[in-house]
Amino acid sequence: MTIKITAEAFDPYQEIQAYQQAKTDNIGAIGATSIFIGTLRDFNDGDTVKGMTLEYYPGMTEKQLELCIVEAQQQWQLIDSLVIHRVGDILPADTIVLVAVWSSHRGDAFDASRYIMEALKSKVPFWKKELLVTEIERWVTHNTNGYQAG
Amino acid sequence: MSIKVRYFASLKERVGRSEDDLTFTGLITVHEVWSQTNLDKPLPPNTLAAVNMDYVELDTIVLDGDIVAFFPPVTGG
Repeated sequence: MTIKITAEAFDPYQEIQAYQQAKTDNIGAIGATSIFIGTLRDFNDGDTVKGMTLEYYPGMTEKQLELCIVEAQQQWQLIDSLVIHRVGDILPADTIVLVAVWSSHRGDAFDASRYIMEALKSKVPFWKKELLVTEIERWVTHNTNGYQAG
Repeated sequence: MSIKVRYFASLKERVGRSEDDLTFTGLITVHEVWSQTNLDKPLPPNTLAAVNMDYVELDTIVLDGDIVAFFPPVTGG
């Protein structure tokens, strides 16, 4: 399990490739890799978004994120997992979060990556403050259920 | 006994500071920590609380040296 909180922009595809290539143990057991990448949109709640600042609670954020992954490990058979989350100032099209899960079978990989992402959304201390094109700043007050109609 | 109290995100802006040091005697709960450090402001609805980086209920008793944190619902991902 690897968790990274970073204030630097990152390429999720390079991170996944480098992480998998660096694995030397159990590589032959991998049969499924499930990946979720979350990106900053340039719109929200009917307004155009110019940027965002992501605040976190150093120490607690990593601790709660680790708990989410441990809970997933207890429910599904996982070989490894990688979670990277941006903090600080973010621009539209930047990657906010990467969740990658390696397992022998697709069911474990799909379900665990979804679980980790949803748990992160509801339990891990990050807070988004949007900067609109009108120069108004506003805190995002809650996460949605993840569907457009929701 | 003394503890540190931390505030994050919109709650930090609302109280106007990022942390407090609180000294007290006897047993006090997390909710009473808020009351003693924010005399003029009720605890906003939906506020989450943590002690030593674990989520807790507001009736949790705090201990000497604890770090108590208050913050709004999380919005990461």
